Order: sequence, then C-alpha cells, then structure tokens
Amino acid sequence: MCVGIPARVVTINNDRLFSAIVDVDGVRREANVALLADPADPLREGDWVLLHVGFAMSKLDEEEAKSTLEFIRSLGSVYDEEVNALRGRNSA
Amino acid sequence: MGHDAADRERLHARIEVWRRRPMRLHDEVITSEHGAGGKASQALLNSVVFPAFEMAGAAMDGAVLQATPRHDLVMSTDSFVVTPRRFPGGSIARLAVNGTINDLAVMGAVPHWLSIAFVLEEGLPIDEFRDTVAEIALAAAEAGVGIVTGDTKVVGRGAADGFYVTTTGIGMRPDDMKLGPSEVRPGDVVLVSGNIGDHGIAVLQARGELDLVSDVSSDCAALHTLVRDLLTSGAEVHWMRDPTRGGVASSMNELAMDAELGVRLIEAQIPVSRPANGVCELLGLDPLYVANEGKLLAVVSSETADKALTALKGHELGRNSSVIGVITSENPGIVVLETLFGGTRVVDMLVGDPLPRIC
Amino acid sequence: MSQFTNLRDPVAARKVLARIAELATGQPHRKFMEICGGHTHSIYRHGLEELLPQNIELVHGPGCPVCVIPMGRIDDAIYIASQPNVTFCCFGDMLRVPGGKLNLLEARARGADIRVVYSPMDVLAIAEGEPHRDVVFLAVGFETTTPSTAVTVLEARRRKLSNYFVMSNHIRIIPAIKAILNSKDLDLDGFIGPGHVGTVIGNHPYEFVASEYGKPFVTAGFEPLDILESVMRLLAQKANGRCELENQYTRAVRDAGNPVAIEVIDKVFTVRPHFQWRGLGSIEHSALMFRDEFAEFDAERRYSVPGVQIADPKACQCGEVLRGAIRPWECKVFGTACTPETPIGTCMVSSEGACAAYYNYGRFNKAPRIPVKAV
Repeated sequence: MCVGIPARVVTINNDRLFSAIVDVDGVRREANVALLADPADPLREGDWVLLHVGFAMSKLDEEEAKSTLEFIRSLGSVYDEEVNALRGRNSA
Repeated sequence: MGHDAADRERLHARIEVWRRRPMRLHDEVITSEHGAGGKASQALLNSVVFPAFEMAGAAMDGAVLQATPRHDLVMSTDSFVVTPRRFPGGSIARLAVNGTINDLAVMGAVPHWLSIAFVLEEGLPIDEFRDTVAEIALAAAEAGVGIVTGDTKVVGRGAADGFYVTTTGIGMRPDDMKLGPSEVRPGDVVLVSGNIGDHGIAVLQARGELDLVSDVSSDCAALHTLVRDLLTSGAEVHWMRDPTRGGVASSMNELAMDAELGVRLIEAQIPVSRPANGVCELLGLDPLYVANEGKLLAVVSSETADKALTALKGHELGRNSSVIGVITSENPGIVVLETLFGGTRVVDMLVGDPLPRIC
Repeated sequence: MSQFTNLRDPVAARKVLARIAELATGQPHRKFMEICGGHTHSIYRHGLEELLPQNIELVHGPGCPVCVIPMGRIDDAIYIASQPNVTFCCFGDMLRVPGGKLNLLEARARGADIRVVYSPMDVLAIAEGEPHRDVVFLAVGFETTTPSTAVTVLEARRRKLSNYFVMSNHIRIIPAIKAILNSKDLDLDGFIGPGHVGTVIGNHPYEFVASEYGKPFVTAGFEPLDILESVMRLLAQKANGRCELENQYTRAVRDAGNPVAIEVIDKVFTVRPHFQWRGLGSIEHSALMFRDEFAEFDAERRYSVPGVQIADPKACQCGEVLRGAIRPWECKVFGTACTPETPIGTCMVSSEGACAAYYNYGRFNKAPRIPVKAV
C-alpha cells in the first residue's frame, strides 16, 4: 500500500494548483506537489521527489544518494578479492 | 371466379418469392429479436457473421471435421470478458482467437478449427459487432485457422457489458507426443519467450482509472508458429504453458504442484520491459503475477536448452527469450525465487485479484 | 536505473554484508526491530534476512497501518459503505481485512459500491464526477500518508465539494514506538527506523529512543542497501558501546522533516484521546480525528457508525506478532487456519504484514543462514 518511490519531475503544471507530471521508469503520472510548496525552494523540472499515494513527499537529494552509494562501495577494500570473484561469476 | 383463383395464385407466388429473399439488416443496434432465432437472427447472421467467416447457414448447427491418421485431437475452450474491449496492442477480438490458439499450441497441437459463441447485450451497436467479427476473421486467417461453427445469443440491457465471446478450438498432434508435468525432471531448464507483464499493464492502462501514461502494449499474439519452431528444433520439450491470468508465477506454481517438483527462478534473468516495471513499481504490483497473452513458458531438458533458446530467439515473437530458472527436487510443489541479492523468497500462488477482467 | 535504484546493487551488498559479518563476530545474539511495514516487505521481498549472520535477528514491528486496524473499525467502514447512495473508496490492501463477519470485498459482492483507489486525489475526482453520490474515503496510514489526506480535504473545501467525506484511521508513529519500548516481553537491541514517516516528522522526534530508552536507532531507507547499511550501523554502535540516533536515509529525511506537511496535518486533524489498535490494545494520543472546523468532511460524524469493539478471535496472535514478541511461524494458527486466502488476522492480509510477508516470501528459509566469512 504505502510504497514510496523515486520519481522525476517532468513538467510543472502551471494551469493546475500544485500539480506536476512525474516520471517513474518511463511511466508518467500526475502528482500533487502541495507538500513541497516552499517559496524559498520551489520545485523545478528535473528535480527528483519521493512519490507516495500520488503525492510528492520530499525532494530526493541526488548528492546524498550518490554519497550513500559511494560510502557503501568504499567499504572493505580488503574484500576486493571476494568482490572480483563475484563479478567474474556474474559475467560468466 | 377463376380470375380470382389465378390472382390469388400469383399473389401467393409473389409472397413466396418475397419470403425467400434473404433478410436485410436495417437495424443499428442489437435488439432481443436478434437472439430469438427468427428472421432478425437470420438477418444478423447473413449480413454480418456468415460473410466474415465464409460460412453457410448449416454451419450454425455443427461442423464436420476430418482428423488425420495417427493424430490425437486436442480441444480447448476459453471465454473472453476483457474490459475495455480495445487496448494498446490488442482487442477482445484478437484475444478470442489467439487465446484459444495458444492453449492448443502449448499442448503441442497444431490448431485447425475454432467455434465462436457470442452473448450480445441489447443495445450493442451493430457496427461494433461487425468490426469485431471482421477482426476475428482476420486474426483467424492470419493464423491459418478456420472458424467453422458458432452461436449468437442476445441478453437484456445491462447484462454482458457489450458482449462476451467464447471460443473453442480443436487441433491435432501426433499420437506419440509426450508432453506434460509427468515428463518434467529435476535439472530441466525453464525458458520464457520474452518480456512479462505487458498485457495486464496495457489493459490496466486502457481502463483509464489510474491516470497513467506509459508505452506498454499488450503482447497479444498467436504462438503456434513459435511453438512449432521449438518443437522442430531438436530440443527435448517436456512442458509448455502460456502464462495468462495470474502470470508466470501462477503457471509455475501449477507446474510445481502437478509435477511434485520444485521450481527455482532467477530474478536477474526474468525479462521485464522498463515501462512495465515502472508501472508495477508505481502500483505495488509484481510482474510475475501480471497476465501475458503472447508469451511461451517452456521446460526443456538441460542438454537441449541451448537449442531451445536459439530456436525461440530465431522467431520474431521470441527475440527476448531467456532462461529463467530450473526444476529442482528440493521443495517439491514450491516455487522459489533467487533474488538479485542471492537471497531467496517463495513465489506463492496468487491470492486475491489485483487486476480483474484482464482477459 | 536511476542513481536512486542503484541502491539495489548486489555487488555493493556483498561489501556491506562482509562488514556486517565482521562486526557481528563475537557479539551476542542481537535483536533489531524494523518498525515499518515497508521495511518488513522489502526485507522479505529481497530475501535479506537469510544473508545476515546467524546471531542477528530482525524482529518485525507494528508499523503496518493496515495491520493494526481492529475488526470493529472494518465493521464501521462496511456500515458506511452499505448506506444508500454511498460510494466508498479505499486502498487495495483494505479489501480483505477481516471485520466481525465480512470484509469490504465481500460487502462489495453483496452490492456495496466500493472502489479501489491509488491516491486520495482519485477520490476527489470521483466526488466531482458523481455529484449525486456521497463519496467516502477510508483514510489509513501513519504520518507518511496523513498529509496527503489533509491536502485533499483542503482541496475539497477549495472546490466547494459537499459530497466528499473521510473516515480517518490515521495513526501516529511515536506512541506506537513507545508502546513497543514499554512492552515487557521485548528485549530489543536497536531499531531500524521508519524512513518515510521521517520525511514528514523529521529525524529528531526519534531521539528519545536513544536518549531516554537507551536503544540505538537508525532511520532507514527502503532499498536493500539502505536496510543492510542500517543493520551495519546498528552493529557498529553496539560494537563500540554507542547509543545514538542516526539518519541513514539522508537523501530523503531532513532533521526538521517537511514543515509544510506537519503544518497541514495540524491544521486539519487533532489527536484523539485514545484509539484501539489491533493486538496492542488502547493507546493514548495515538490517532487523529478531524478538527471541528472540518467536521463537515468527517464521515464518522455524518454516519453514526456502530463503533462496536470486537475482540480478536481467540486463536489470533496478531498482537504478539505486531509487538515482535513472537515470530509469524510461532503463531499457533499460522499457515493452517490463518493463510492469505483465509486470514484470521490483519498480519496475514496486508502486503506489509509480517505474516503475509513471511508466508509469501520467506517460508522456506528455515535453512541455516549463509555465514559470511569474516577475515
């Protein structure tokens, strides 16, 4: 039920209040963006948001996402051997 | 006096000629009279049904079929109630033909003959009925299958949602063909002929309730030539299915239970198109449970899996074929999925109905 | 794949798992609760639990808002749905939640106009499109979902709709967490915290868990790598004797949350004195109802619902499962009398329920977990 998924803002609908078209993996849907109506930091086309029951709940920070992934990938360089072994298996 | 008798005779003769003329169809919509078996019914059949299917009146009672020696007859039937009746990539008309052809094909039979039964709702525009019949005729002709008999009934306004159609198909296969759950062995390989989930998503999309815009089209197609390529490739084919309602997951569960063996699927190798995956993410659906109408699942011996895959990929309907799993002796009756992570989870039979009226 | 779904990278996962194995070595048996149903679902869907070392146990908590709805509330919903001229809208998950006698799916088969929607905005559209019908929305969810209902109500007011109503079953996460912490039969070592609720309320409301109750708390995202990283951080805290609140879901959760969302919840709703939770009993200040200024949208005021409290069936152990006191397969009726087709309790119905998740995904992982070698 309460899935929250990343979606990219494609168009801000200027003719409807708090409405935008968002894209999830190539599928487009209208989303309500009232919860992100911050005059100090307005929503822009190309922004990523967390979509939940048709509402944009939060802006997704791409830099933070990247650093989360980089942090994880930087773990245990000691285990590179194991990782390379896995890569070898995956590409076989 | 004689004059009167002659006039009367001429009058009777004229009435008789008039009476034998084929009824013309003047109506714009189906009425209850079209189902009564009388003149209106005849008009409908003569004007719409028989010309499209190249049938004559006697065909409505039954058709005589000639079987080939040393072949078994295979029969299959399906009703079609999909709503909406038209959706990206297909229609109820094409489903009605291809769905039954596919049921025969996965039994290893070459489909030859179809019967068609309509239940029409009073008020259905005759033009739509005419278009539907034409589309059915075209789909059958493209598949090389004859429509040999049928029936038409009319029910009151409010029932049948426009119309329902049932097709029954008969095909033939060599009487020494071995195919079915009892042929399946541990170590056998599971193949699918392409991206899963497209049909269910396309129909959901077409319903317009969910306000989605995506590229997904139904994969509605007749699989009998794909199956023929597989069966003549030299691969040892043990079992086939077309995963319609309930998706790949349901078909695999049926196999696991019927064969009393386990199925181990590999998530990383299950092909799903990007937009279908996007819709599934958005709605919380699992593509494994979404209906397909133009996909083949096949279980083949591990030694001949390469031949099978090559044969499937060589056909235009099978370009994205993939090995998606293996048959195991562990966990008989259960379908297990190895996740992208190497973790495992059970893929159970579908409970409930995430997508009603899909086919 | 966007940079956001890269957080399913199996190669990176091996690194986290190796680090987890290293940290877990020499630690006593650790029990971490994931509170949120979305986490439970993700854990089982990706088969994460069996990848963890054997001395780490994930305990499933009550953060599934469908699971905690008592049978009496479903009966109230069916009552409303059965009133003349009512079009009743709900999320798909709600259809099979058992009431005293029927569920909403069965009520629909008996003639009630019940429709599944994906968003509260869909309900508005139905209300506008069918002005002669009374359109009622069954609102369910923690703070993740509450702002959406609130915004929709404000929009209904702006559009001057007089046929739009909401039956509020919105609940609050902090009282639920407190109920878990105060529960005597639990002995947890830490929490994987609700990330999506956190996007609304912020991270700081969870601080009390570490500072007052002495349990480490990591607010987590929902991708497999998020969950694994959070387990890693909890283990690291235990290994180093720390007890802190951490935010793993930094890409979505800000410390102050979403002030617009917090404000809109407060504008439309007020806290009920108490509310009945399935399995957890009555919890004070744990649920929301409409403020008087929005009474015209309140379905409970419009339709005098029976409001009967129905005791859970004797065989049902949902409460213990929801508190994490027992595991799904330890419930006496799990998999026999209580299955997804014939659910006795809500844990088996919701896609986020621990029992459904375990039954549908996890049930054949009783094999010993894969020990990940630590060098």
